[in-house]
Amino acid sequence: MGDLIANIADFWGMARFPLGAALCLGGGILCLIGSVGVLRFPDFYTRLHAASITDTAGAILILLGMGLMAPGWLVVSKLVAIFVFLFLTGPASSHAAANAAHTAGLQPMIGPIGQRSDDDEEAA
Amino acid sequence: MERGAPVAYFLGLLVALVGFWLGMSGHFSPLLLSLGALSVAVCLILAYRLDIIDREGAPYVRILGYAMYFPWLMKEIVKANITVIRACVKADLDIAPALVKVKTTCRTDLAKVTFANSITLTPGTVTVEVEGDKMLVHALYEQEAQPEAFEDMDRRSRIAADGKGAGA
Repeated sequence: MGDLIANIADFWGMARFPLGAALCLGGGILCLIGSVGVLRFPDFYTRLHAASITDTAGAILILLGMGLMAPGWLVVSKLVAIFVFLFLTGPASSHAAANAAHTAGLQPMIGPIGQRSDDDEEAA
Repeated sequence: MERGAPVAYFLGLLVALVGFWLGMSGHFSPLLLSLGALSVAVCLILAYRLDIIDREGAPYVRILGYAMYFPWLMKEIVKANITVIRACVKADLDIAPALVKVKTTCRTDLAKVTFANSITLTPGTVTVEVEGDKMLVHALYEQEAQPEAFEDMDRRSRIAADGKGAGA
């Protein structure tokens, strides 16, 4: 039994660095996809949606990866604090930006976007 | 401090601050521990003077409700992320943005904030405005943002913030 536990601990010590690195890489790729979305989407509100991928999925994966590679519980506790603050302040800031745009009178684009751009091309 | 026991909120804040200090510093020498005790005491005195030791300032009584809500929210975030990621990398843009009015059954401010923040956290939907019990939500896909789609989240965030008995 002690042998098995030692084996699992050994395996964990070996696997956690590649696993954490893979998670960090995945998070980085998601952040990149979020930026691509920000560049591609047509107006302010839709770009906000693309940015929220970076906010949630990217941040979660990168923090998880860093937690797996962390040398001790102290670092993990700091990462948890970062996670909590990101989760509390991220939506607040997105809401503040959207609310400011709405209050300033910026009208969002409504309705199917892809089809309309085809119509524009035909008209032009 | 309108209802409940202020002492409980006070103790909750104390435990949270001590835990936060220990987690941040990790040193247990007498000098740093006494500095930590001093900081915690100053924080508590300031919070008391600011009169923010109430249900919102120390919402640790609801920690169990939020702990049950959190896994469900994570699942929703993952599902919504897949949709938005697909929209980002698709060759042709096929989004259909819409503004939707969502009615909430949440009564307390804490429940409303939980609900609005959950909507904003899930990619593809952003709360633009909160007015009374109505919320203006901007969504990336019109067909996925019918008011019925938010009912489940509304109910769950109300239970998380207020407990089962509260609300409509």
